[in-house]
Amino acid sequence: MITVRSPQARSLVALVIALTCGPAEAHLNATGMGPIYDGLMHFLLSPEDLVPALALALLAGLRGAPYGRRALFTLPIAWLLGSLFGMTAAAVSIGALFASIWFLLLGGLVAADAKLSIKVMTALSALLGLVHGYLNGTGMGESVSAVIAVLGIAAGVSVLVALVAAFVVKLRAHWARIAVRVGGSWIAASGLLMLGWSMRGF
Amino acid sequence: MKPGSQHRLAQAITLLATLWAETACAHVLKDEAYGFLTGFLHPISGADHVLAMVAVGLWSAQLGPPAIWVLPVAFPLVMAMGGMLGFLGVPLPGVEYGIAASAILLGAAVAFELRPPIVMAGLLVGIFAIFHGHAHGTELPLGQSALLYSMGFVIATGCLHAVGIGIGTVHRWTWGQKILRAAGTIVAAGGFFFLWKAVA
Repeated sequence: MITVRSPQARSLVALVIALTCGPAEAHLNATGMGPIYDGLMHFLLSPEDLVPALALALLAGLRGAPYGRRALFTLPIAWLLGSLFGMTAAAVSIGALFASIWFLLLGGLVAADAKLSIKVMTALSALLGLVHGYLNGTGMGESVSAVIAVLGIAAGVSVLVALVAAFVVKLRAHWARIAVRVGGSWIAASGLLMLGWSMRGF
Repeated sequence: MKPGSQHRLAQAITLLATLWAETACAHVLKDEAYGFLTGFLHPISGADHVLAMVAVGLWSAQLGPPAIWVLPVAFPLVMAMGGMLGFLGVPLPGVEYGIAASAILLGAAVAFELRPPIVMAGLLVGIFAIFHGHAHGTELPLGQSALLYSMGFVIATGCLHAVGIGIGTVHRWTWGQKILRAAGTIVAAGGFFFLWKAVA
């Protein structure tokens, strides 16, 4: 059996695999990963859902551990509830507009390092989860596999918030916190562009 | 950077590349705004934009805190506002002149090491960002993935600022200050060239 020992060679092999990868096929049953992983991958491969959740985690991390814990428990539960409500509704096509508004709002708050109260953080987490969960749930149908997929999405949200918020909470260097805020400004700027794009009706 | 840190950084980059991989559409139509890479390439495909954005980074590094992060935060945000105006078809007169003037004035600011109050510097950078954003907004082709395109577009702009800041770190040395001032002169000269092209 061939073994690759040096870190550089391992990184090179991993890079080659990354560059030659095929379509992610998040929605195909042929992935064989099962509905819970389909839901998880759907979240991780959908920037319109991933980036607002990331921005919320950055914001919570900047404010400290209690905010991170509140977001960690509120956002996934709200996302799950929103998805379950949305499963009874028909698919809607306003997801891009909502995503651009969330990009703008949460990115702007991160860039400004907004000193929010924990109640406002809770409300933001709940609202983000309910809206994006609802949009995720619409059109999925009320089958058992759809419910399991929704659980996968909520698990993905939970893991992302836990990792990102914990990472940011630990940041002590001034420049590192500034880098997080710069990232927030990029999210907000992307939201502005998307908003213009949505309003023009591309 | 320590060898272990380099290894972890390489692993993190590889993981990100894997997670953000898209379908490898080999036959994307010409000028089609398909995704992240198209958006990323847009700001760096024009020398006038590149000069001005790198100059923002150079000037930020010269000015030091808080300008070193205020200007690179302000530019993409205001540029996105300009881009939005461009998307919506709101006219802005003299866009090409504004872009050329941005390279001239930002280059001059670096060349002469101008140190205005942070509000003035932010205003100057913000006004020019509107011209750059508007030009990008009106030039953007019809596309399929507005979200990925926008993200690539903004991240490329931020990376150009980061390149400028990275180069600008030589400001701590006397020889570096001279090099930066020379770089500012080159940027301003480039701006005059683009102004001449816009007028001609």
